[in-house]
Amino acid sequence: MARSVTTNRKIINTTAAWVIGLLIFFPILWTILTSFKTEAQAINDPPLFLFFDWTLENYAVVQERSNYGRFLWNSIFIAGGSTILGVMIAIPAAWSMAFVPSRRTKDILLWMLSTKMLPAVGVLYPIYLIFIKLGLLDSILGLTIIIMLINLPIIVWMLYTYFREIPGEILEAARMDGASLKSEILYVLTPMAVPGIASTLLLNFILAWNEAFWTLNLTAAKAAPLTAFIASYSSPEGLFYAKLSAASTMAIAPILILGWFSQKQLVRGLTFGAVK
Amino acid sequence: MGRIQLKQVKKSFGDVTVIPPLDLEIEDGEFVVFVGPSGCGKSTLLRLIAGLEDTTDGTIEIDGHDATGLPPAKRRLAMVFQSYALYPHMSVRKNIAFPMKMAGMDQAEQDKRIASAAKALNLTDYLDRRPGQLSGGQRQRVAIGRAIVREPAAFLFDEPLSNLDAALRVGMRMEISELHKKLATTMVYVTHDQVEAMTMADKIVVLQAGVIEQVGSPLELYRTPRNKFVAGFIGSPKMNLIEGAEAAKHNAQTIGIRPEHIGVSTTEGTWQGTVGVAEHLGSDTFIHIHGIPGCDPMTVRASGEFTVTHGDTVYLTPNLEHLHRFDAQGLRLP
Repeated sequence: MARSVTTNRKIINTTAAWVIGLLIFFPILWTILTSFKTEAQAINDPPLFLFFDWTLENYAVVQERSNYGRFLWNSIFIAGGSTILGVMIAIPAAWSMAFVPSRRTKDILLWMLSTKMLPAVGVLYPIYLIFIKLGLLDSILGLTIIIMLINLPIIVWMLYTYFREIPGEILEAARMDGASLKSEILYVLTPMAVPGIASTLLLNFILAWNEAFWTLNLTAAKAAPLTAFIASYSSPEGLFYAKLSAASTMAIAPILILGWFSQKQLVRGLTFGAVK
Repeated sequence: MGRIQLKQVKKSFGDVTVIPPLDLEIEDGEFVVFVGPSGCGKSTLLRLIAGLEDTTDGTIEIDGHDATGLPPAKRRLAMVFQSYALYPHMSVRKNIAFPMKMAGMDQAEQDKRIASAAKALNLTDYLDRRPGQLSGGQRQRVAIGRAIVREPAAFLFDEPLSNLDAALRVGMRMEISELHKKLATTMVYVTHDQVEAMTMADKIVVLQAGVIEQVGSPLELYRTPRNKFVAGFIGSPKMNLIEGAEAAKHNAQTIGIRPEHIGVSTTEGTWQGTVGVAEHLGSDTFIHIHGIPGCDPMTVRASGEFTVTHGDTVYLTPNLEHLHRFDAQGLRLP
């Protein structure tokens, strides 16, 4: 029997969900609103909510002062590149863990995840030095690689959970049908795991897009993505809240739109294959 | 050609030996059924032949060539799985074409073989559907179609009918048997259902705990089971095994008598018992009888309708010509 929910209960739940949702969304909403205020209105006390003189001035100034397009391009390249590279490495890795597990597979999976628990700053020095040695500092290639490596455990984990849902007999059938390992992964496994791979790609694109620690520490002018673009409007410029907000809005807009249109895939991605 | 020889083939998972070294010969064109209870190693044995599992020891020869180390695709065998294992994202046509595509066969030949397989299996109207849009029986036929087009040396079936309902199972059983007659290709078939084994096989291999208990034609196994296990496993309803004084009278540890070899009467007979349950099938009546020393309950098959109910007293007379005798180890006595 389905669990019956009373109308009152429904109203309470819905209200609670909206309150929590708005609370989470509020900082983003406030940033967007502030971006349309003048600097004076932005620091007005009491804060102005909707009734102020809406202006696009901040956007014009931000666009004039820095080249948004270049930061955007860097972000797309780094987030896209690291995601695609990561998935290409993770598919065979997840395949082997899901379909030919060894006694150590579980340990390896846990170990991989444990690297995510390490504070990034703990390895900043060695990585910084390696980057200098390899000439990767402030390069798109270097950032793509480091962000791919940072997100790789999550990509492998996600794909592993999706692959585990695919019955092994189908892959065995492919083997009986003469498929090589490459054909098996290319023609059978990957098409069957498309929904899972899509949500993995999406989630990791977003993670890579929002990654700020490494992008801020390993770039200067050349390879800086949108996170660096936002940062450039904070302390060095003083307290220009409106312009900072305009820069932030410009930086998060693409990913916000992408997320909005792919909510379904994202939910699947975030629940890690628990929901079919 | 499709002659398969297993020589001292052994399979262990870690320290656990699931199949102790065994020898088996499957002749070209034979329909061989591996039968046994769940966990007896029959599917593992099939997977060893297929190459989906590595042998721990011993050799597997296909048509005289050592295939032990060959990957599944190189063994020229086709397999039909219990779960059908169709590719859900491909149409029926593409499913059937997949092994030919992997073999790099030219398109014209592929189309020809798909058309002929689809015709033989009544799938012509479904070629553009996805597996998800087919019934269980149709899916199984697609799986068979995918196996046929490769023209393999032998077909391997891993409990292919267990996911189908009873009526469909009988139909598919006949279709597979007919296919075997038509193609005359070796078929190795795994089942836990001894009725499937009896009705389809040229040769039955009875397995228990990875050990071959007996190999023979269905009637050989029925008439002269080598031991108590085979005696009890082959035949439906099961053979009655009687121990104690009654067996001692025949100089055996255990005697066995099939339900169809016992006469039943309400007036006189060798043994007296009371009816527990009577199953009236119309063509036959199976009566389960309590109170026979050394065998409880004893099952008797009466031809046609035999009117008895729970609690009635009946008398049984075994046909001694069909008596099976077993020693203390459970082996058949001459």
